[in-house]
Amino acid sequence: MNEIFGIPLPALLGQLMLGLVNGSFYALLSLGLAVIFGMLHIINFAHGALYMMGAMFSWLAMVYLGIGYWRSLLLVPLFVGAIGIVIERFLLQWIYKLDPLYGLLLTFGVALIIGGGFRYVFGSSGQPYSIPPELGGAVDLGFMFLPKYRMWVIVASLTICFATWFMIEKTRLGAYLRAGTENPGLTQAFGINVPVMVMLTYAFGTALAAFAGVLAAPTTQVSPLMSSNMIITVFAVVVIGGMGSIMGSIITGLGLGVIEGLTKVFYAQASSTVVFIVMVIVLMVRPAGLFGKEK
Amino acid sequence: MTDKTVATARPEAEPILETHGLVKEFRGFVAVDGVDLKIRRGHIHALIGPNGAGKTTCFNLLTKFLQPTRGTIRFKGRDITGEAPQRIARTGMVRSFQISAVFPHMTVLENVKVALQRKLGTTFHFWESGASLRRLDEQAMALLASVGLERYADMVTVEMPYGRKRALEIATTLALEPELMLLDEPTQGMGHEDVELVMQLIKKVSVNRTILMVEHNMKVVSGICDAITVLARGAILAEGDYDAVSSNPLVIEAYMGSEAAQLAGAH
Amino acid sequence: MNARKSSIAYVIGFALLLAAPAAIYPVLIMKVLCFALFACAFNLLLGYTGLLSFGHAMFLGGSAYLTGHALTAWELPTLAGLALGTLGGAVLGALVGMLAIRRQGIYFAMVTLALAQLMYFVLLQSSFSGGENGLQGVPRGSLFGLDLANDYILYYLIVVLFSLTFWLIQRTIQSPFGQTLKAIRENEPRAISLGYDVDRYKLLAFVLSAGLAGLAGSMKTVLFGFATLTDAHWNTSGEVVLMTLLGGMGTVLGPIAGATVIVSLHSELADKVGSLVTVITGFLFVFCVLVFRRGIVGEGIALYHRMIGEKYR
Repeated sequence: MNEIFGIPLPALLGQLMLGLVNGSFYALLSLGLAVIFGMLHIINFAHGALYMMGAMFSWLAMVYLGIGYWRSLLLVPLFVGAIGIVIERFLLQWIYKLDPLYGLLLTFGVALIIGGGFRYVFGSSGQPYSIPPELGGAVDLGFMFLPKYRMWVIVASLTICFATWFMIEKTRLGAYLRAGTENPGLTQAFGINVPVMVMLTYAFGTALAAFAGVLAAPTTQVSPLMSSNMIITVFAVVVIGGMGSIMGSIITGLGLGVIEGLTKVFYAQASSTVVFIVMVIVLMVRPAGLFGKEK
Repeated sequence: MTDKTVATARPEAEPILETHGLVKEFRGFVAVDGVDLKIRRGHIHALIGPNGAGKTTCFNLLTKFLQPTRGTIRFKGRDITGEAPQRIARTGMVRSFQISAVFPHMTVLENVKVALQRKLGTTFHFWESGASLRRLDEQAMALLASVGLERYADMVTVEMPYGRKRALEIATTLALEPELMLLDEPTQGMGHEDVELVMQLIKKVSVNRTILMVEHNMKVVSGICDAITVLARGAILAEGDYDAVSSNPLVIEAYMGSEAAQLAGAH
Repeated sequence: MNARKSSIAYVIGFALLLAAPAAIYPVLIMKVLCFALFACAFNLLLGYTGLLSFGHAMFLGGSAYLTGHALTAWELPTLAGLALGTLGGAVLGALVGMLAIRRQGIYFAMVTLALAQLMYFVLLQSSFSGGENGLQGVPRGSLFGLDLANDYILYYLIVVLFSLTFWLIQRTIQSPFGQTLKAIRENEPRAISLGYDVDRYKLLAFVLSAGLAGLAGSMKTVLFGFATLTDAHWNTSGEVVLMTLLGGMGTVLGPIAGATVIVSLHSELADKVGSLVTVITGFLFVFCVLVFRRGIVGEGIALYHRMIGEKYR
């Protein structure tokens, strides 16, 4: 059998693979949003811009500094994480006592500054970023070719996602984090420096976004515009999954990527809207989101 | 005024609110564990218990701000377990909140009018003049007078001292002419004089009404309450009038320390 | 300010508007009025109901297209096209509102943003909307035999529509309904415990706000003769938030002040600095959130109260 519903199997599996790749980015980004929201009660609108920064910086590092993919994969998230610390110290820390909506507006402003700034300096045209030679080419599975780089993106994203889940749910550090979320005053009383923890949490979330950006660079045209719609799709993912659960974010992100990929095969016109349509359905059927906590 | 001795002498008085096997679980943690509550018409009924006993959760369940995991709630003989919270208020059960429930940036008079205006049936009329609400002024002033706040009618609520805010809350609640009032710690955080004031106020408004209140202050509980239910770890530990409850060894044990001393002291 | 003083102020303001084309290019004022109306409609929701919709461009853009289509393809009279745009905005508002109100606070903002994005893609892909180019060549039409292609005649139509809508919003804020909205914004659980079905009030506020935002979009199409994807883009949703925030949310005149500043800023800078406009907008957001939360009008009121020696919260 090499056709399903009239669709050639390799094309179907190819789109499924692409869907998983996109889903990995959704998972990484919505995970970062959830981690930040848990600690800071802020929805980080700048998340898409930070993802774009990750890709742009790895391209810049390649072109101007000769820093290759592998070193970028480590250095760029660290660098963007440092920028996250600057954002948290200079801007976010002043609004923790306000309505969380102000956090959304503030980070929206940050997103505009970053996005507009990059566009001003580098223009809007896309730049190619080549796949590292080790991951070039594809594996022949007999019935289809599996590009190595896509496999790598999925494996790397899932590894980071599960490591994050493990750290937050299973380690002592994660326990402090969760305690800090529930009751900052009490945690402080136990001798944990909550403000520093908040700062590092934000840095970690931004580093995750940058990591996704570096991973994405070879799969697309690197440009300041690459994130402009991404963040809204990720918001829809977050609404669908609910931010209460780390694992929920991961599963929802991956799942929606796959749904999007399959839509490309069966009804391509709807591929850009399918995530939002799923959101509408979820809102009608299960308003709190798939993994949402009870109020 | 409800005669306390008569009320306690007729424990068979018809219950206005009844729960059966009420349970609330939060992600595996059981906050309320099989509570059978019976509030009799005309009583001032106190819900007491150590911190974390599930008193406020109970309140939220009764007024449907939380959906019970299991169990049933009957109000005036009707099953209300599946009702929405705003419906509950309209059937005659109105609650207050632990943190004062006022509209801080509205005037004292406007606060009461918010409660009154729903009955005008014009609350969706966005085209109607604001002046149309003036016809509620007289009724609102009368309610303010009944709690001694008529002089503060034009003050913006946030500027009032705490005790008066709680009095305003009672006036606002009274505007709905509730049959059953639920007060969540009405004297919490108050000085001696305010406590006395609010206590008298509760006693006064309890005429022809039933009141269920969460209360920590044993002076209030012993002073005005006809019946007491003691909650501990989400379940009922003891029930009865003040004398019965305060001499119950289980209760004394649960209250160990200062509160037990207070309990004994007020006795 | 008492009611008498403020009605005198409004009469003066209206007279100034009538005389303004003598001094300022009318198309610029009309553009400001369209966005001011958009921001006033938005403020009804954010300032007076406490709901942050981050997708209001969908009502502006959706109705801009609807009116454009009605005037071009169906050749409707101008007023009917405007009315249809308003109605379309309200209907879309009812649909979106019913979904979005199921989630609170921050989620509400994200849901509206995502639904607006859905609308954006629909407009991008539909056959009637002209794709990337948008709807071009929408005729202004005429009114009672007067040719609206004349900027001055259109100007007075827009001033009248704006003033009527502004009055309606004012009236709504002070109505029994507005009073209820205020109570819900101030203390939602308490409003519920007093028997209010708060979701229905929020929904009506959302529908009103969406309908009037739709009117603003329709007016804009008539004014410029086109509807583009920019009107429905999330950037526009962000802009109306900024106008309201900068002018002073929850104040009557704030959105007008904010819209005036932002529209003027854009028309001054757009050609000179390119994408730096986005950066400047971003900095304005940061500035407003960090140190200027009362906005221009809010700060003005606070200053006035300080001068006459009253406390102001």
